[in-house]
Order: sequence, then C-alpha cells, then structure tokens
Amino acid sequence: MRLNTIIYYFREAFHSILRNNWISFASVGVVAVSLLILGSALLLVLNANHLATGLESSVEISVFVRDKASPAEVRDLEGRIQSLPEVASVEFVSKERALEEMKRNLGDKKDLLAGLEDKNPLPDAFRVKAVEVELVAPLARQFEDLPQVDRVRYGQGVVEKLMDLSRWVRTAGLITMALLGAAAIFLIATTIRLSVFARRREIEIMKFLGATNWFVRFPFLLEGIILGLCGSLLAVLVIYFGYQSLVSNLRFSLPFMELITDPGLIQLVLEGILLLGLVIGALGSMISMRRFLKV
Amino acid sequence: MIQLNNVTKVYANGVKALSDITLRVRKGEFIFLVGPSGAGKSSLTKLMYREELPTRGQVILNGRNVVRMRPREVPHLRRKIGLVFQDFRLLPRKTVYENVAFALEVIAAAPRDIKKAVPSVLKMVGLGGKLGSLPEQLSGGEQQRVCIARAIVNNPLLIIADEPTGNLDPDTSRELMNLLLDINRRGTTIIMSTHAWDIVDAMKKRVVALSGGRIVRDEEQGAYGYEA
Repeated sequence: MRLNTIIYYFREAFHSILRNNWISFASVGVVAVSLLILGSALLLVLNANHLATGLESSVEISVFVRDKASPAEVRDLEGRIQSLPEVASVEFVSKERALEEMKRNLGDKKDLLAGLEDKNPLPDAFRVKAVEVELVAPLARQFEDLPQVDRVRYGQGVVEKLMDLSRWVRTAGLITMALLGAAAIFLIATTIRLSVFARRREIEIMKFLGATNWFVRFPFLLEGIILGLCGSLLAVLVIYFGYQSLVSNLRFSLPFMELITDPGLIQLVLEGILLLGLVIGALGSMISMRRFLKV
Repeated sequence: MIQLNNVTKVYANGVKALSDITLRVRKGEFIFLVGPSGAGKSSLTKLMYREELPTRGQVILNGRNVVRMRPREVPHLRRKIGLVFQDFRLLPRKTVYENVAFALEVIAAAPRDIKKAVPSVLKMVGLGGKLGSLPEQLSGGEQQRVCIARAIVNNPLLIIADEPTGNLDPDTSRELMNLLLDINRRGTTIIMSTHAWDIVDAMKKRVVALSGGRIVRDEEQGAYGYEA
C-alpha cells in the first residue's frame, strides 16, 4: 500500500468525522460510557475474587473443647484431629493463652477482663487449617461429631457472600455492557451511514473510475475504528486514574481491603477495553457498509 | 474488441430493455449509438462497463467475458474504460486539477505519475490555464472537457460517452466533437450515444440505431435516424 493512499484514507476518515461532528461526538461518548461500565464491572469482579481467595486461604476452623474434658481426653481429641488427611495443621490454644490474646487485642481496654484470671470463661480450643479451602466446610461438620467437642466455628457465610456479590456484579455488568455495546454499535453504524450518504456522489464516481471495493470502503471502516478507539481511550483514561486514586484512598481508610495492584493484570484489562472499542467501531461501520455501500 | 452475442436484458421490474442484440466493435472505431429515449442505448453501454449484467447472452470486452467476471475484477475492467456523462459528474469542491488527479488517486497511482499526467492531459483538452478553477467557475463546454480529461488520463482502450453534448450549445458541441475525434485518431475506441442528428450526419461514422431494444440499423458512414 502506498503512503499517499494511506494518507488519503486517513484524510477522508477525519473529514467525515468533522463533517458529522455531533453524531461522531455522541458515538464516542456512548462507546466511552459502555466500556467504562464494562471496565469498572470487570475490576470489581476481579477484586471480589481476589478478596475471596485471600479470605479463603486464611480461613481457620476453631474447635472449642468442652469445659469438663480431662487433659487426656483433650490429647486424644488432638490425635484424632491430626490423623485426618484433610488437616494441614493443628494448634492447641489453652484457655489461658486465649485470655492473654484477648487482652492483647483489647489493648488499653484490657481492664474489662480484670479479675477473670481465676474464673476464666474461655474454653480450650484447637485452631485447624485445612489442606484445601473447599474442605473447610465438610471438615468442620466432621469435627462437630467428635467427642468432647463443644462448638465448631469458621468463616461461615463470608466467603459465600463475597462470591455471590461477584457473580451478581458479573451478570449485571455483562447485561449493561451488552445493551450499551449494542447502542454504541448502532450509533457508529448511523454515523457511518451519514458519511456514506454525504459522499454518495463521490463514491459513484470512484466506482466508475475503477476504484477497488476496498479503496471505497476503507475510509469508512477507518472512521468507525477511530470513533471506537477514541471512546475506549476515554474509558481507559477514566478507569486508570479512577482506580489509582481508589487504591491509594483505600490504603488509608480500609487497610485490610487489599485491592489488586498488579500492573500486568491492570494493563491487560485496559488493553482489552481498547481492543473492544476497536471491534465495536469496526463492527458498526461494517454494518452500515453492508447495507448502504453496495459496491 | 467488444462483442455482444444475442444479448437480452430484462430488468427486475419486468421491463425488457434489450432483446437479442448482437454487435461487434473493432479496435479504433468511432460509433454513434442513436435511437429514441428508452430505446436501450444506456442499457447497452451499461452492459459494457458491467454496471448491469445481461439476462441472456454474452458480453466480451478485450477478450474477457464480462458476464462471468468476478466482482473484484470489475474495477480493473473499468480502468480500461473512460466514461463521459451528459451531466459531467465532477466533484464540486475539487479543482479541475484535483478532479482529474482523482481518477489516478483512486486507482492508487504513484504521485510522481499523477503530477506528470494531469497537467499534460488538461493541456491537451485545452484547459492548461484552468488547473486551479472549481467546476462551477467553468462553462458547460469546459466542464465537459474536464470530464473527458478525467476519462482519458488513465489511457483507456475505450471511451463510452453518454450524450456528451446534451447540455451544450452547437458551437461548443462541435469543438467537443473535434476533441473526441482527436482522441479517436490516437487509437482509442469511442462509443457515443446521442440525439444530435447534425453531428452524426456531419461526421460520417458508423451509426448503430436502436429502437424498442433492438438494433434496427447498423451502417458504416451512416446518417442519423432510427427508422428501419
């Protein structure tokens, strides 16, 4: 392809965009908004999954021992727990140590617990980690049936709720994105249709002068792609800077909420959005070319 | 060079434009296509540059069967044919130079060749001094010369002119015919449809007369008229 042919394509595409400035602006806006929603939903889902995985891996099962259990019975229980193949580690926390830890956690309010040393209400407990996260729930049920076990506790519900949220965001994001994406494609198709109509005389002349079909089509395809890319670029900028400020704000206000900061992954998301903008633009112009540019 | 064998054209709306046309055009000929409006002159020329396909029959141009040609070959066929219209069909916002250069740009010619060919062809049609004018600043005759320059800048084998003098006064028409004759003398085949009987009678070229979609007369050095 000759350089001046390429220059010709770009010149024609930009001419058309400027000629239809309002509708061009609108289609860029709709592409930007739909990709912005998609990108935000994507980051939300990724972060929800990230948080869920973090929570899951730190889930411990606390097995509380009955108060009346004898030391021998406690040792026997520990042996039984340890013998299960699903168990990764067992740690015995005596009632005294539990009280110490509670005091430490309370910090300067530790006076609340003063005088409890003689009548420690806390039970002995085992802290158990499972080999795999999926085994936590069945393992906990197994522990409930062991002798001298009072209660079994683990992060029931939290992980499930987070997964539910992530599923919900994913579905809602996809539906919104599909609707807005269709609107964006439609608007770009309309823009291109206007361009084709504005230049139909020129197109007719080009055809009897022997221009190839792609020579006639290419400026319109390019116009759609430029519109799609402009929209996605806008979305990418907003997402990038918005996410950066969200990450740095959360670091101070909610330090335990660890968001994804892996630059490779974020770059992948942004690149995906750019690519999608390009595809939306190309698709929109191809629809119009098919219907209005019979060559 | 052009061969039409038993060509019939029926449009989708049922109108039969051409029936059983057989015609041979030799290289370098100048042919007038005459006949009343609706006789099928435009349909006949449209078959040659494959704007339309025949319902039946063969169209052979420069040894190629136009009917069986694949769509992506059509642009290359059209580069061998220069088209001249009654209504000029120039781009109003481009200058004379740009209008002619456009014919070479759309076939992706080298910029160097465009810069060389366009001024020389405009000089040949007598518009060497109007390169920067816009079509609206030109007279009808001058606009038609631009159209002819655009048609020949690519050195076509054939020029199809559809009533090129239809919008011009008699004097301007005569000048234009001299230009076309000049082009014809350099070896380009010309097919011109027209209602200008005085021109046809004066030039003594081959006349093909159409009426009701049939060739009713085909004479070397003929005169105007389409009565059988």
